[in-house]
Amino acid sequence: MTKLNTNDTICALATPPGSSAIAVLRVSGKDSFKVSGKIFTAKKKGFNIREAETHTLHYGSIGTKDQIIDDILLSIFRKPHSYTGEDAVEISCHGSAFIVQQILTLLLDAGCRMAQPGEFTLRAFLNGKLDLSQAEGVGDLIAANSKASHKLALDQMRGGFSKMISGLREQLMQFASLIELELDFSEEDVEFADRNALKKLLEEIRSEVQQLHDSFAEGNVMKSGVPVAIIGKPNVGKSTLLNAILNEERAIVSDIPGTTRDAIEDTIVINGLAFRFIDTAGLRETGDRIETLGIERTYEKIRQARIILYLFDITSTDCMEVKESLEEFKRQLGEEGMKDKHFILIANKIDRLVKIPRHFRNMVEFECIFVSAKRKENISMITESLVKAISMDQAEEGVIVSNARHHEALSAVLEALNDIDEGFKKDIPSDLIAIDIRKALYHLGEITGEISNDDLLGNIFSRFCIGK
Amino acid sequence: MFNHYDVIVVGAGHAGCEAAAAAARLGSSVMLITMNMSNMAQMSCNPAMGGIAKGQIIREIDALGGLSGIVTDKTMIQFRMLNKSKGPAMWSPRAQSDRMLFSMEWRTQLEQIDQLDFLQDMVSSLLIKDGKVFGVKTSMGHQISSEAVILTNGTFLNGIIHIGEKKIAGGRMGEVASVGITEHLLELGFESFRMKTGTPVRVDGRTIDFSKLEEQPGDKIPGKFSFTDTPPLKKQRSCYLAYTSLEVHDILRTGFAQSPMFAGRIEGIGPRYCPSIEDKIERFSGKDQHQLFVEPEGWTTVEYYINGFASSLPEEVQIKALKKISGFEKAKIFRPGYAIEYDYFPPVQLKNSLETKLIEHLYFAGQINGTTGYEEAAAQGLIAGINAHRKLKKLPDFILKRSEAYIGVLVDDLITKGVDEPYRMFTSRAEYRILLRQDNADLRLTPIGHEIGLASLDRVEVVRKKEFLLEKILKHCKKESAAPKEVNDMLYAKNTDALKQKVKISSLLLRPQVHFRDLIQNIDHLSSFLNDLDGITNEIIEQAEIRIKYQGYIDKERDLANKLGKLEDIKIKDDVDYHQLTSLSWESREKLSKIRPRTIGQAARISGVSPADISVLAIYLGS
Repeated sequence: MTKLNTNDTICALATPPGSSAIAVLRVSGKDSFKVSGKIFTAKKKGFNIREAETHTLHYGSIGTKDQIIDDILLSIFRKPHSYTGEDAVEISCHGSAFIVQQILTLLLDAGCRMAQPGEFTLRAFLNGKLDLSQAEGVGDLIAANSKASHKLALDQMRGGFSKMISGLREQLMQFASLIELELDFSEEDVEFADRNALKKLLEEIRSEVQQLHDSFAEGNVMKSGVPVAIIGKPNVGKSTLLNAILNEERAIVSDIPGTTRDAIEDTIVINGLAFRFIDTAGLRETGDRIETLGIERTYEKIRQARIILYLFDITSTDCMEVKESLEEFKRQLGEEGMKDKHFILIANKIDRLVKIPRHFRNMVEFECIFVSAKRKENISMITESLVKAISMDQAEEGVIVSNARHHEALSAVLEALNDIDEGFKKDIPSDLIAIDIRKALYHLGEITGEISNDDLLGNIFSRFCIGK
Repeated sequence: MFNHYDVIVVGAGHAGCEAAAAAARLGSSVMLITMNMSNMAQMSCNPAMGGIAKGQIIREIDALGGLSGIVTDKTMIQFRMLNKSKGPAMWSPRAQSDRMLFSMEWRTQLEQIDQLDFLQDMVSSLLIKDGKVFGVKTSMGHQISSEAVILTNGTFLNGIIHIGEKKIAGGRMGEVASVGITEHLLELGFESFRMKTGTPVRVDGRTIDFSKLEEQPGDKIPGKFSFTDTPPLKKQRSCYLAYTSLEVHDILRTGFAQSPMFAGRIEGIGPRYCPSIEDKIERFSGKDQHQLFVEPEGWTTVEYYINGFASSLPEEVQIKALKKISGFEKAKIFRPGYAIEYDYFPPVQLKNSLETKLIEHLYFAGQINGTTGYEEAAAQGLIAGINAHRKLKKLPDFILKRSEAYIGVLVDDLITKGVDEPYRMFTSRAEYRILLRQDNADLRLTPIGHEIGLASLDRVEVVRKKEFLLEKILKHCKKESAAPKEVNDMLYAKNTDALKQKVKISSLLLRPQVHFRDLIQNIDHLSSFLNDLDGITNEIIEQAEIRIKYQGYIDKERDLANKLGKLEDIKIKDDVDYHQLTSLSWESREKLSKIRPRTIGQAARISGVSPADISVLAIYLGS
């Protein structure tokens, strides 16, 4: 079964993910105007999107009744005069990852579906807007994109997420097999699962999907910020540095929904990307307290973080010491723990140096940043490094889009699971319930890759004694 | 000595018979060549037609104008509608057949067809020139010329029968194998591999103690397969259930050392869903007993088929174990079970029409393509017969979509995915199961069957009448209501909420507990409305009930079928050089080059071709 269906309305970020001055989101399909009309309010009174002429530009705000997300420009393209040849809308908003994420969520809620890689171009081709030679140019691009998006589907999920998804798929397959077993093999001498056992299995699957679904909605990086840890020996100036960074960017700390006040206090937004300094309570109240936290706590902190700022006092630390501590960290975390982590070395207290000692030339190989936290010198170099580290991840993986895509897929899985549950309650025949199970598997497949019926039969044959 | 024919069909099994009948009835002159005229349409395995997913296929064959349904109806000795407790997509007709009558009836049907000639001989090679077939050569030294050839050799190509350590060349017990064709096809560049299947012991019913077995009678009101006016069954014969035991298993194990399967003498791949008894014991050692179906072979014969006891262990082990089964203590056998190995040709070498990609006008149908089952074979025979004729008449290929018929799923699966074990149809192979029901096969396919010239005008008129009446009933149910006093007693008895006010009949039918017959019994205006409809049948009322009850699900699947249909409509030209498309993965390029999908939709079903590859394809290629 393929995912490319051209009857519905699709949306996606058209500009590269990450932070930029502006970002453009593209919406295409027969309901483009209807969907955009639901979330766009023009500044000009009496504006009606259905009557707006093609190739016109409209200023206004985007958001819900309760919450405005951004001021944007809306471009109208009436079919066939658009890239895809369908009715289309382009939304130019401020280039913040958070804003883009929010607008995509609005579009999905309003009835759009996330576009698959290359889908805009496919539609353009199907509608005769591109000829083969024109299309040729984008072919490689699409292949590359989807490769990245496939990698992202599996690699990018950190921690136990990918394990959880594949575990879910297995459970759902088991569930589907049990249902199919009593359909295709009802004449066989095998024991069929009773309804209560099936319901229990379904409930387990559903609560897991629900949990995952909610964790995406609330806990994802875009909302709560990229976790950053500042570590270092006592008295190297960690709390001073934290305050310096927070103060530097204080002007653009935004009110991020869903985060606690504490979290906001220690969260900064730089170029649209949120960074959250973890476990800073101790740092703020008592100054350097790392010695009281103990070594276990330090590693705990490092494990949670995506970016680690390793701070040392340049006046009293030599190159070998830094090197050794870093090696120790890497050894302790192991290869798996080091994945997706960025280490940034920061040499503090340059204000106390007359000149940089010779042995610190070697520091260059670690890409060390020399700062004075006390005098707030070179702090912007740190914030730039933070953004650079995360932007690199995003360019590789397309984090923002995939989050919304996975979230959408999980929503669809959940809907299908609810339909299955409903079917059980109404005592609907299991071949009809199977339709919803397939739907759930199909949407889960959007995250993990394809699933074919052959898997299903294989599963049945391996578990049950089939055959007269 | 021989005329020139439009079509030569090699083999007269289920595929060959349907192929010959279809081509000849469409107007081609046909020669049907078989090694044994007395064994036409032989049921080599169990004496039954239909079953889950397979019954739907027979209904489809019948709806299109094929003969398997009619022959089954005329020769069955028991009918059961399986899965009646499930939803309507799962209802599957199954018949026990009189093995000998079945074969005779097929021959009678074929002998009545004009332009259909017969010959008992063995085809040893094909006549090929410039990549086209133009006839066959037989072992008697004849050359018979034709425009097209359909190969339906079943298990006969280099067939080897295994019983214990004995190895006998043969296509079926007591029948010689066919030699020469495989070798010739390999020379021409075809690929061939081995498959394996097995069959159980046949027992003398006079030596079975049926009082110790569990009787399994046919349906009280037996249905039938054909949509034509074949007569319904008046009496039926029962099947019986028996069980193996640990004692039986232990005896069977004593023969494992001589088992051709375990000893590795069989290289062919067998079906996982139809294992031999020794396989079941070995793989599911935790099971203390296995169920056996004891099936009568006909109205009058005392021969019984022990379904579930397929084995290739030495005869004496089979018999010793059999006698430990309750009810079989004194059993005498007619013939032992055996395994058979044969050549098949991976069906990815075929086009949708079942014509080979390599040789023009050459078609393969049935077990030669790696399938199992009479039904699967018959369906392929029908498709090959129709297409062989159409190509000669320069008509476009006849291809059924996956959303139109199980036969469409079957052919598409074969040519797109190939087979890695003997292929049997399952309902779960069809993504549009709820659309592909046995009850609506005529509505789906008879108009198409008529269009290609196979189903008569009369049959289409019956379908039109059925549709007309259906519409009337649906309209009535959507418009008219049931009053609380009419139905509340019935609803109460069924443990579902009573009505407080009038409710449309169609809404009431959405309740799983409520059936049309309940409403007819309780709502006077409904029963009188139905009584006044001229030509109304139970079948039509059932169809109306399904339409109303499951409309939501039917719509869901139809919606999906339509969406995906768009990709099915984007054709891919035959001469695409996939190796030039460097944006595709290497694996995709290899597979696409080999399979040469006809549409983007088909390409998407090839394993190893990713959705990203499909986007690229859609962009590079296209109409």
